[in-house]
Amino acid sequence: MSVMERPEVVESAAVSPAQEPQKREVLLDLANVSLSFGGVKAINNISFDIQRGEVRAIIGPNGAGKTSMLNVINGFYQPQEGQITFKGERRTQMKPHLAVSQGIARTFQNVALFKGMSTLDNIMTGRSTRMRQNMFWQLLYYGPAQREEIAHRKRVEEIIDFLEIAHIRHTPVGKLPYGLQKRVELARALAMEPELLLLDEPMAGMNLEEKEDMSRFIIDVNEQLGTTIALIEHDMGVVMDLSDRVVVLDYGRKIADGPPDEVQANQEVIDAYLGVSH
Amino acid sequence: MFYRVSGQFKTSYESDMALFPIRQDAVLLGVILLAMYVVFPLFASEFTFKALLVPVMIYSLAAMGLNILTGFAGQLSLGTAGFMGVGAYACYKLTTIFPEMNVVVALLLSGCFSAMVGVAFGLPSLRIKGFYLAIATLASQFFLVWLFEKWAWLYNYNASGAIEVRTMDFFGLVVTGPTAAPVTQYYFVLVIVSLITFCMINLTRGRYGRLWKAVRDMDIAAELVGINLMRAKLSAFAVSSYVVGVAGAMLVFFWKGAAEPNLFDIPLSFQVLFIAIIGGLGSILGNFLGAILIVALPVLLNFVPGLIGVEVNSATLEHVNVMVVGALIVGFLIAEPHGLARLWALIREKLIIWPFPH
Repeated sequence: MSVMERPEVVESAAVSPAQEPQKREVLLDLANVSLSFGGVKAINNISFDIQRGEVRAIIGPNGAGKTSMLNVINGFYQPQEGQITFKGERRTQMKPHLAVSQGIARTFQNVALFKGMSTLDNIMTGRSTRMRQNMFWQLLYYGPAQREEIAHRKRVEEIIDFLEIAHIRHTPVGKLPYGLQKRVELARALAMEPELLLLDEPMAGMNLEEKEDMSRFIIDVNEQLGTTIALIEHDMGVVMDLSDRVVVLDYGRKIADGPPDEVQANQEVIDAYLGVSH
Repeated sequence: MFYRVSGQFKTSYESDMALFPIRQDAVLLGVILLAMYVVFPLFASEFTFKALLVPVMIYSLAAMGLNILTGFAGQLSLGTAGFMGVGAYACYKLTTIFPEMNVVVALLLSGCFSAMVGVAFGLPSLRIKGFYLAIATLASQFFLVWLFEKWAWLYNYNASGAIEVRTMDFFGLVVTGPTAAPVTQYYFVLVIVSLITFCMINLTRGRYGRLWKAVRDMDIAAELVGINLMRAKLSAFAVSSYVVGVAGAMLVFFWKGAAEPNLFDIPLSFQVLFIAIIGGLGSILGNFLGAILIVALPVLLNFVPGLIGVEVNSATLEHVNVMVVGALIVGFLIAEPHGLARLWALIREKLIIWPFPH
């Protein structure tokens, strides 16, 4: 399945030489990271890096440790071993809300929106770390708090336009179909203006048309906003079309790392996905 | 018919985010405020102030405080009455330690004390959720009432163990104590409730409201969009307890005139919780609707037998009242579990498009 024509993506990357040196800068580097829950090793001595401006896919069979990997990256889990370097700074203790203020946003495998709030409010929560007015001005509302609210609303409306969800702005998200909920979740992550965007199965459970839309948005986010993306996805067509480099995990170990076509041809990857006869 | 939105266009984000995006709502509120500020004081009797208007407003305020915590931030609390008591006792101590202090200042300051106590008892919410948190707040309820009874300093070593509000004036106008005119007290309650309601509407529609609702709807996701859970939960406890505390202080100072510790026992907590649930969790308007139903309805029902010419002795009437109100509550919860506020929202939606079905 060709979601986006792959040559086009490659071309645009090759045509603009300005992007080339930018891509070599390492945004996030994971070195010998291990994470275990009791006796279960979810992640076993994995090292890879994410370069600024690329789309980096993380794939692997179920239970390979992909989501745990994202949770380590955004500070939800603390790895027992190994070190993580983000923007050249070595990370020590980490909390998810600190990861957000450093520029890491994510979406979830199962939609994790705030069901009781409208689309607009959901996206506005993504701006909450950037809002500064204190309780006193919030009580009065008119004045600084309102100005701040309007300024952020403008940014949020830009994102709403970008993702084409203007028509559901005031709808409670609980009433939206699944595909749109996923898009609202992407919008909320974008509202955080992240440098690194982590997408956990953005196309799970979508039909072909919705997948094409989502792929288009991911490419737009990457190319127009310049956001670095780390992506977990099971649809191999999507992965091969969208990503610049792919890392393959299996049982918590890294089994391959490289450009999509190289990974596709890797025997160990094929074995992991298809199984080996013993 | 009255709700027509045609011709009302929004040309700025400011107007889209206005308090009343639809003009008719503003008019409706204007009519209600006019009635509250002008019409009622002109025509209402002393009984109406004492038994209907003042209690409804005070209970609305207490329920609003609880609603901030339970309805907006999703932290179930059974300790409301305890925090009301903290407000009342703090106000009592402030006015006895500093006799010169203006009574309104003392009232608003006493909320700060209940906010502090609220934050202290809110600390467990960082570790526990749901029913377990409800039990923890229940513990605060029992502890506080026990404290009101045992700590004699709180009631100035009165032989009766109760606090009694002395006569105080506001720039020459007597506002508390037995000589205060009910209409004066009514106006003070009305102004304070209006002000706090305005502030709470602002708070809940802005950044804090979104923080709280995010924590309520999915706390893990809230943390991952960068919300500091500790700060969000404790701010909800602080704001909620502040409002509840002021309501408790007004309950004693502008309505009852005196209070014993058992006034702040668990039945009051439950009554406030009922008002918040029946009014509608996560709504500001709902608290007023709920308080009208729970507080005013029993009073009004007293008159029904007289109106239809049936004589019933007062004890029977009391029992019938409890049954009728109880049945109404059950009925409302079955018909509209999201409370009266949702009911009103649905009616309003229907009115906007009336006479067309959709």
